[in-house]
Amino acid sequence: MSRKQKMMLTRILAGAALFVAAILIPAEGWLKLVLFLIPYLVIGWKVLKKAAVNIAHGQVFDENFLMCIATIGAFASGEYMEGVAVMLFYQVGELFENYAVGRSRKSILELMDIRPDVANVERDGAIEAVDPEEVAVGDVIVIQPGERVPLDGTVLEGASMLDTAALTGESVPRSVRPGEGVISGCINQSGVLRVRVEKEFGESTVAKILELVENSSSRKAEAEKFITKFARYYTPAVCFAALALAVIPSLITGEWMTWVKRALLFLVVSCPCALVISIPLSFFGGIGGASRQGVLIKGANFLETLARVDTVVFDKTGTLTEGTFKVTAVHPEKMSEPELLELAALVESYSTHPISRSIIDAYGREPERHRVTDVEEIAGNGVKATVDGHRIVAAGNSRMMESLGAKWSPCERAGTIIHIAVDGEYEGHIVISDTVKPDAAQAIQALREMGVRRTVMLTGDSEAVGSKVADELGLDEAHCGLLPADKVEHVERLLKESKGALAFVGDGINDAPVLSRADIGIAMGALGSDAAIEAADVVLMNDRPSRIATAISISRKTHRIVRQNIVFALSVKAVVLVLSALGLANMWAAVFADVGVSVLAILNAMRALRFRD
Amino acid sequence: MKKVFKMIDLDCANCAAKMERAINEIDGVQKATVSFMAQKLTLEADDARFDEIVKEAAKRIKKVDAECELVVKS
Repeated sequence: MSRKQKMMLTRILAGAALFVAAILIPAEGWLKLVLFLIPYLVIGWKVLKKAAVNIAHGQVFDENFLMCIATIGAFASGEYMEGVAVMLFYQVGELFENYAVGRSRKSILELMDIRPDVANVERDGAIEAVDPEEVAVGDVIVIQPGERVPLDGTVLEGASMLDTAALTGESVPRSVRPGEGVISGCINQSGVLRVRVEKEFGESTVAKILELVENSSSRKAEAEKFITKFARYYTPAVCFAALALAVIPSLITGEWMTWVKRALLFLVVSCPCALVISIPLSFFGGIGGASRQGVLIKGANFLETLARVDTVVFDKTGTLTEGTFKVTAVHPEKMSEPELLELAALVESYSTHPISRSIIDAYGREPERHRVTDVEEIAGNGVKATVDGHRIVAAGNSRMMESLGAKWSPCERAGTIIHIAVDGEYEGHIVISDTVKPDAAQAIQALREMGVRRTVMLTGDSEAVGSKVADELGLDEAHCGLLPADKVEHVERLLKESKGALAFVGDGINDAPVLSRADIGIAMGALGSDAAIEAADVVLMNDRPSRIATAISISRKTHRIVRQNIVFALSVKAVVLVLSALGLANMWAAVFADVGVSVLAILNAMRALRFRD
Repeated sequence: MKKVFKMIDLDCANCAAKMERAINEIDGVQKATVSFMAQKLTLEADDARFDEIVKEAAKRIKKVDAECELVVKS
């Protein structure tokens, strides 16, 4: 509890004690009025003062003013007890509301607490703890186990496991070795690391993420805009209705007391606070909860759009597939699979081409280069080399085989085929292809279950490769062999056909035009990629496509909470307004409709923060 | 120029909305957002009159809620 809240609590308790005393002391007339005025002023003088100050500033219709009118009205009509009680109840409610909002705000901020406090910099051989903002590019920092990585950099010395959960929502730690990059915001788990700083704090991943989440509230959702507009008209409208209710029936019936009292209830209900607080709070909670899952949503408006998504369009490479090449099959003619793979790895051992790397990775060991001589790279065809001094091994495409006169056989698999011949004799082939991400099929399944009507894949790759992936994942549609401009055209067509919103998922690097054309652009695998963070509306910090479903279900939950709050608050208020006009509601109901509803709406809004898979 | 300011004792969301409206009406302000959640004012305004605009914004904040304070580091 803050100091201000504690003061408020003391005032309320003192006022309540005096109030009880006033009830117990038998007094009549002026003495009674004074006895009740004491607790009233103890509890409410701040409200009175605030109302007066605000009127002086030209802000008439605020809740302080309304509470003053309502309670003074009660005193004027001789209902001293009610006047004090309403003020007391109002202040208790305010305190609780204040406390609840403070708590929720704090827990959201704690959730996003990835800001490092200190960086341990090596200076002149000694280690000095400084503010991360003071560290320059090129400085060397030391990170102990248990500490948060303060700045982005490259490991010079040491190996460790990094906990990236706060950034990606991923529970499996990531291992780092010298030469590899570390990203600020992760927690160093096992070993001491010496790291050379690559980016200033302001440019670091942590600073970028924090800025993004904090600024997300400036992009308002339609629901928020609606409420702000609504609040602008609602309060004055209810106030004028109250005035009319006080005057018109009284002129007709002459019963001023009854109608003025009913009108006072109107004033109490007129504050739109429940909505004005709880709706941004829900969106903020949803965005905070999503960031915990490694999903950064750049604004409440995007959260709202995400909830309406019914068409999801994917890029293939790097989104549904790993985007890296792997050996997916080894088909030898006569020798065993490991033998063929070993020969290929030996021949490719001097090459840095990604395809060569993938063969060596599949081989699993460092090839014994001393066994290889006379390496000859034939551009666009393959590599030829002598192995163990006597076997001439050639690895390459079909053109290469034909030039050697080797009788190669085609493969039914889609991907890049590396044929291998030894001394001009065909020995078989290795298939290299991009692999589908392990959770891609599950991601498509999850999207379908949540009611996404259409899943589409757009790729620049060949029909053979593309349709295989599409079949494997069970996508509704796949379009292959597309140029970037064709992708935009397809998205435009799909936009016209979709009833809800269209999301495009890509790696954020070379599909910027499509990302911006879609209703909502999602970039994935963005940890460490500034370009992707810039380009998209929603950023997935890890590269798992199943997070798209997570993002959609968080946004739907938030959206549901927002709707519940709007309906709940407005209907309670409407009911109390009608009942007070009919003379069926009392002051307690009115105060509940004001403060009680706010508190309930805030508690409901807090649910947006919590999300489990 | 774009700058972010901290706000202390911004107690009510409706007030934040009112402040935002009032600050956006200041001459030379391109965009102002008052975030009740982050308790922050993000102000984008003309460079030449920036300090003046900040002062005016602080005044308008006080006008909506006398207890709320804009933290201006010099």
